[in-house]
Amino acid sequence: MIEVKQVSKSFNGQKVLFDIDHVFEEGQVNLIIGQSGQGKSVLAKCIVGLYEADAGQILFDKRNFTEMDRNERSNIRQEIGMLFQGAALFDSMTVEQNVMFPLQMFTKMTKAEIQARADFCLDRVNLAGRNKLMPSECSGGMQKRVGIARAIAMNPRYLFCDEPNSGLDPKTSIVIDKLIRDITQEYKITTVVITHDMNSVMEIGDHILFIHQGKKWWEGDRHSIINTTNPEIESFVYASSFMKEIRSLLQKKAQ
Amino acid sequence: MLSVVFTRPNRWRFFWKHTFLEIDQIGINSLPIVALMSTFMGAVIALQTASSMESPLLPDYTVGFITQSSTILEFSPTIISLILAGKVGSNVASEIGTMRVTEQIDALEIMGVNSLNFLVLPKITAALVFFPVLVVFSMALSMFGGWLSLLVSDLTTTEIYILGIRSFFNPFHITYALTKTLVFGFLIVSISSFYGYYVKGGSLDVGRASTQAVVSSSVAILIANFILTQLMLLS
Repeated sequence: MIEVKQVSKSFNGQKVLFDIDHVFEEGQVNLIIGQSGQGKSVLAKCIVGLYEADAGQILFDKRNFTEMDRNERSNIRQEIGMLFQGAALFDSMTVEQNVMFPLQMFTKMTKAEIQARADFCLDRVNLAGRNKLMPSECSGGMQKRVGIARAIAMNPRYLFCDEPNSGLDPKTSIVIDKLIRDITQEYKITTVVITHDMNSVMEIGDHILFIHQGKKWWEGDRHSIINTTNPEIESFVYASSFMKEIRSLLQKKAQ
Repeated sequence: MLSVVFTRPNRWRFFWKHTFLEIDQIGINSLPIVALMSTFMGAVIALQTASSMESPLLPDYTVGFITQSSTILEFSPTIISLILAGKVGSNVASEIGTMRVTEQIDALEIMGVNSLNFLVLPKITAALVFFPVLVVFSMALSMFGGWLSLLVSDLTTTEIYILGIRSFFNPFHITYALTKTLVFGFLIVSISSFYGYYVKGGSLDVGRASTQAVVSSSVAILIANFILTQLMLLS
């Protein structure tokens, strides 16, 4: 469980996050949604410490991350896995070396154990046998899956995914979403996904936080977001013609 | 930045592995350009000195002496460092800058890796270890280039040239040259790493950071050269 208490953040005097309070539940896929430029990524980066929050507290299972020094934070970060928007694979390393990297860096596992763990993680994301490929030889979807394999290599307690479906076709997006959901439930981890993809919201949104103008605007689940009457959320959810079509079909069916 | 760079590496094995890779990339890969520059510059210094020696009062070995002293005191440590600022500085800034804009540095930080230490310390160590080797190599080739040009132009004999090279040799000049090289190597890598690490934006900004790294490193070398000369040769 991750608790965010009264977190604020400004850049060059311009406030982008206003006193955000939220709890990201364990064993659930927690989504942060909202339009571009509303502060979703900034909030996630504040939580993992890539940005320093101006005010407020961030607690990882009651451990106050904001008050920790560099070494203590480093220890917490070994419990965090993160999938970046562009996968952020180390381009000088093979797929296998990318997955092995955190294990070699932070564990005392033997070579054979590290190899077995890397093989297991790659197999878990359906990339068995692709060990020796370089990131440049992988498609966007494969890179995201390698990113997930690297993120889960250390058995994280917290998984962060920054727009995991950006740049992917709808079919591959569903594969990635399913993978995130399965891993969350399998390992009972706290997963936080930043997205503005409504398909992802409907597929995996156990607990949704809607950010608007840097403020916590709404929270709920994927069922309640469909029926909300909040104008900002409505305009976000039903932005596409496809979703508008679905809404009118549902309304007709209800009548 | 430097206080974070100079901390104990998470894993020494990774540190040494990266240091050897950097020695290859920023050191051994620079050998051809250093060899080419040094040979031709040494040849030109010798020819220009020989062509300017009109006074019969000057002994014949002056050409060798001037080639030796200008190579050791200034040409090899300073000019080669300026060339390396261009080659190595842009390489370091663009490599680290690309890692920054593609979120690879964020990925390291999220894992709990001290990214500055992990990326920059092996580069600084490699520069401190291998730049002196490059400069000694440059000194030798420069004097060889001078000898070759004089021999081809039939301006002096091998014996007289070698006599000039050995005349008034001051071993402290080697210490001075290598001290300068170490300082310049440190400046090149640390300044370029700084520009690469703190780049914001996209590929265009990486290119800009790379150019700024080369310009700032070159200016820093010129200023440090002046200060070190004042401190070591005139104090």
